[in-house]
Amino acid sequence: MTPARRRRLGVLLALVVLAAVAAGLLGYALRSNINLFFSPSQVAAGEAPVGRQIRAGGMVETGSVARDADSLAVTFTVTDFQASLEVAYQGILPDLFREGQGVVVVGRLADDGVLQADQVLAKHDENYMPPEVADALAAAGKSPADYRRTE
Amino acid sequence: MLLPFIPEVGHFALILALMMALIQAGVPLAGAATRRPLWMAYARPMALGQFAFLLVAFASLMASFLLDDFSVAYVANNANSQLPWYYKATAVWGSHEGSMLLWCLMLAGWGCAVAGLSRRLPAALMARVLGVMGLVGSGFLLFVLLTSNPFTRLLPNVPGEGADLNPLLQDVGLIIHPPMLYMGYVGFSVVFAFAIAALLEGRIDAAWTRWARPWTNVAWAFLTVGIALGSWWAYYELGWGGWWFWDPVENASLLPWLAGTALLHSLAVTEKRGSFKSWTVLLAIFTFSLSLLGTFLVRSGVLTSVHAFANDPTRGAFILILLGLTVGGALTLFALRAPRVSQAVTFGWLSRDALLLVNNILLVVMTVTVLLGTLYPLILDALGLGKVSVGPPYFNALFVPLTALLCLFMGLGPVARWKRMPARELWRRLAGAALGAVVLAALAPLVYHGRWNPGVSLGLLLALWLVLSLARDLVDKLRHARSLGAGLRRLAPAYWGMQLGHLGLAVTIVGVTVVSNYNVERNVRMAVGDRVEVAGYTFALRSLGKRRGPNYVADVATLDVSRDGESRFTLHPEKRLYLARRMPMTDVALRPGLLRDLYVAMGEDLGDGAWALRIQYKPFVRWLWLGAALMAAGGVLAVADRRYRRGREALRRNDEVTAS
Repeated sequence: MTPARRRRLGVLLALVVLAAVAAGLLGYALRSNINLFFSPSQVAAGEAPVGRQIRAGGMVETGSVARDADSLAVTFTVTDFQASLEVAYQGILPDLFREGQGVVVVGRLADDGVLQADQVLAKHDENYMPPEVADALAAAGKSPADYRRTE
Repeated sequence: MLLPFIPEVGHFALILALMMALIQAGVPLAGAATRRPLWMAYARPMALGQFAFLLVAFASLMASFLLDDFSVAYVANNANSQLPWYYKATAVWGSHEGSMLLWCLMLAGWGCAVAGLSRRLPAALMARVLGVMGLVGSGFLLFVLLTSNPFTRLLPNVPGEGADLNPLLQDVGLIIHPPMLYMGYVGFSVVFAFAIAALLEGRIDAAWTRWARPWTNVAWAFLTVGIALGSWWAYYELGWGGWWFWDPVENASLLPWLAGTALLHSLAVTEKRGSFKSWTVLLAIFTFSLSLLGTFLVRSGVLTSVHAFANDPTRGAFILILLGLTVGGALTLFALRAPRVSQAVTFGWLSRDALLLVNNILLVVMTVTVLLGTLYPLILDALGLGKVSVGPPYFNALFVPLTALLCLFMGLGPVARWKRMPARELWRRLAGAALGAVVLAALAPLVYHGRWNPGVSLGLLLALWLVLSLARDLVDKLRHARSLGAGLRRLAPAYWGMQLGHLGLAVTIVGVTVVSNYNVERNVRMAVGDRVEVAGYTFALRSLGKRRGPNYVADVATLDVSRDGESRFTLHPEKRLYLARRMPMTDVALRPGLLRDLYVAMGEDLGDGAWALRIQYKPFVRWLWLGAALMAAGGVLAVADRRYRRGREALRRNDEVTAS
């Protein structure tokens, strides 16, 4: 092996090692910062971890939204028509949050089974259905259209 | 009497534009390969013709909007007779079909500009550059005509009224945000075409870089402005005062920006030192590929956001195929031809070359980081491994340290010399700047806020390090001049462009740091007569009322804001209900300022005459966008450099003091 080739091999090996380290770090950062999505049925079945940040979603059940009289605390339930999940939130709900609307919430599941939400997401389109919610509903054998009919 | 046929005129013009794009792609490239001047000469007229016909198509669509022609499906879905005329005109790019037409128009516009402004380009290079742009244009025009035709009619059942433009998009920010962003995305097609042309010719010289650099700068400046406008729009239009969400769509625009920034710097090395040639070409390919990837992500419906209009899977597949062909073709060509253009140039480990290499590596790592975080959920979903989302903590955890590292080297770069820089001299010139930055950054949070804050100090340290080292460099450059004026005149616009661009980043970093750490947000329940204090300002709700706009009704709150017992001004936030779509929207009341913004948004009606209000104090938030504006100005200013205007003379080596 000529010296030039040996040097090139050294550089190449260093690059491979660096790339591996970088990929490892990226993977680690990714692993500790991703939020898995759970449907209300999955939460009811105990599949969702308690105390870790997760995403959950479904349709906001009609008549379930309850506002506290003198603070911004609010509770509501989301459903995929198989199971319901109670959500507690403190703050201002998005413009398009409505009963009978698909929403996604980000938060931690408390020991009592209530999801303490940090964020409530309802997208800016009245026909919009978060894909996770649509899939969760489909998995439960329902479609949002069914829900509209029963309203 | 021609009026009813306007959409058909537009449709026909679109087809003609496609034909011209196909000729522009085929004939000049074949001509350049077989050295036939006549065939090569097809490139310019076809580029001009394609642009002219796209202009006709675009004008036809705009006319259909202005005339409320709801027989055109796209108009019926995105406009309403109640809509003010200026939103009718801009609704043209308010949804998928029209924005793709705008995309094609701009691509043809850039091609036309190359044909018109780079007239002294050697004939073969011109033929190849325009040929490649014609190829890209043909792909996108086919996409528009086959999958997203904006001129499709709803006949014979013409709706009497349109569905209205999404209220979120009825805003001045949205009038200019997409065109700017697209100008940036599409603008990178020019340097891409130059890169492919260089590979086809098997030759890259200083003249080539001088042709390609201004186009890259301008596209990059447009993209910078586009991203900043998007952030500004989200800040005041979405009603909760965030300015960057690491939303996949934002990431899609950040990716080509990061790669493009690396490209700008790599081009500098290629021009000045003749090295990094194949790397530059590769970056040009990557930058444009990332622009295309952004288009795919936003347009295919795989992402869900305000921007995701299309749910038609054929569109996603079409763009994915276009993306695959472009990237695959370009990379294959690169693999076959790159060894021909590369050239070994040596440089020391401490030199401007090496520092720019580090800059490039860091920017590419940042690009990969963002790319991974954006694509990871999509890949998992496609493989059926579960639905995840990658949150801001991931991006912040990786992006902040990488930016810090980047800034560290950015301070050294402009001061260092090409080829070799003795460490001792570098230290001698920059020790003062480093010391000054450390001391000022450590003290600033104490002075500003009374308490030390490591995050703020770190951010300010980076910004001050950038600014002070730039200032030191300027002082050193002026030291030997006869007079200050003479010294200033001797510095080239490219140097000032660099100064301004780097200063812009420092300003943005200050904005990000201060607003992230000292932002005060209070969500409160308020009835008429209630008062609340936020960051020294007292907000008193004076009254609640109603108002009717052209296409909406609104609840309006009136708040008196005072400070130190002294009444200052009133704010009028609104909660609007857009009638056509029955869609509620928050209209924020802002009191902007260079040092702080006051931000009041109406949340929800809580009943009993009380409203939930979101009141925020956002210090230095304007600096975010001010910095972006400075960066863009720097990019444009660098283009004014004389060496880009000299045409053939530019082949001669330029020995002036330039920043490059």
